[in-house]
Amino acid sequence: MSQPRRTPLYDLHRELGGRMVDFAGWEMPVQYPAGIIAEHTHCRTKAALFDVSHMGQVLVRGAEPATAMERLVPGALQSLKPGQSRYTVFTNEEGGILDDLIVSNAGDHLFVVVNAGCREQDVAHMKAGLADCEVEELTDRGLLALQGPAAAAVLGRLAPEAASLRFMQSALMDVGGVSCRVSRLGYTGEDGFEISVPADWAAKLARTLLAAEEVEPAGLGARDSLRLEAGLSLYGHDIDTTTTPVEAQLAWTIAKRRREEGGFPGAAVIQRQLSQGPARKLVGILPEGRAPAREGTEIRDGQGRSVGRLTSGGFAPSLGRPVALGYVETACAEPDTALELIVRNKPVPARVAALPFVPHRYNR
Amino acid sequence: MALYFTKDHEWLKVEGDIATVGISQHAQEQLGDVVFVEVPEAGKSLSKGDEAAVVESVKAASEVYAPVSGEVVEANEALADQPGLVNEDAEGGAWFFKLRLADKGELEGLMDRDAYQAFVDSLD
Repeated sequence: MSQPRRTPLYDLHRELGGRMVDFAGWEMPVQYPAGIIAEHTHCRTKAALFDVSHMGQVLVRGAEPATAMERLVPGALQSLKPGQSRYTVFTNEEGGILDDLIVSNAGDHLFVVVNAGCREQDVAHMKAGLADCEVEELTDRGLLALQGPAAAAVLGRLAPEAASLRFMQSALMDVGGVSCRVSRLGYTGEDGFEISVPADWAAKLARTLLAAEEVEPAGLGARDSLRLEAGLSLYGHDIDTTTTPVEAQLAWTIAKRRREEGGFPGAAVIQRQLSQGPARKLVGILPEGRAPAREGTEIRDGQGRSVGRLTSGGFAPSLGRPVALGYVETACAEPDTALELIVRNKPVPARVAALPFVPHRYNR
Repeated sequence: MALYFTKDHEWLKVEGDIATVGISQHAQEQLGDVVFVEVPEAGKSLSKGDEAAVVESVKAASEVYAPVSGEVVEANEALADQPGLVNEDAEGGAWFFKLRLADKGELEGLMDRDAYQAFVDSLD
């Protein structure tokens, strides 16, 4: 293994007492001294600052970048207006998911954010599939996520324009004297922003945000518990090359025109699943009792028959109870269906739950 | 009363032939927020190295192994409702279970506090 990479905030993480772990080849804070539950709760009640500089930031330029990019994803990008952002996935020929991503229409080009673990592969995939475009990975920028009900007030003090963005809108703006791309979105279920900032300025901006009385730093542990409560999939766990967007309950990301026209990798598989229904679905699951049921746990139906496995599972700090995501046979996917989870060789009663576990509070 | 530690980050307080077992302050810090504890039932017979209890943080599940052989005479039922006690008082009120020692000879080779602290320091 090569040395893990460090983000522009590495020194700040150490200074703040972050417990550093290797995540997708990056040395990242899993938590700070406050601990995961306190960081999680702070994000739900005030605002938390996450370093997500390990994620890939990519520009796609060309005559028709949205039209070109539609060859790689089932999302509708031609209808994406300037200043709007959209969640979509890269699919393979089998309809499996290569990665999930956010595409923003930046006027004359697209601004794309991909997962850290898929970064190199995604850039190669885009360069190969978008020969008519210029694909540029930005390696000199940090990415900060400011999330929580107080995020808009905090960022609005530095960048008044930010407060007027709606959910899934993105704009270039001056943030504390530096030009940044600010997008109103995130991975916590809360209102919030992702700020693409020149690497040289990332630590300074982070310190400025942390100086706000409402803001505390949060690590990858809280990021995971927040997204799980929000019912948001984690690539490599809930979605991967063996799961399709239809199975993963991401059919909402595929607009009518794309369903009809196809023209993306795996379209035949995905169109068939859209019309006939998938054999299995990703669902929320609430285990009874206090024991968390983890990724890989076998799921059985009321008759003791194996019907799937958990893909994420843990403790939900906002609910004070365990929650999980997993794929089950479609017959078992209705909310309130009784299931059993096999935890340490013992069956734990559970039921299917509507997602999200904790309501989203976006600024729509 | 004698206090021992293991390389699996458990502590044992031995009084007569009864050993009270818990996890160390260091283990608690490494785990982070504890959200679930499962302790063994009284009467259960454990051999040294058997899985005796489970402790789970937000992030992950860990096993607690029997540091010595013996019969469980009491378990700390309070941990089921208050798993966070492990973070607050790992080497005191958050004891996991008490064992009637099957073989006091198994205590030889365990570490005292100074040796354990040196072991922990060597891990960093």
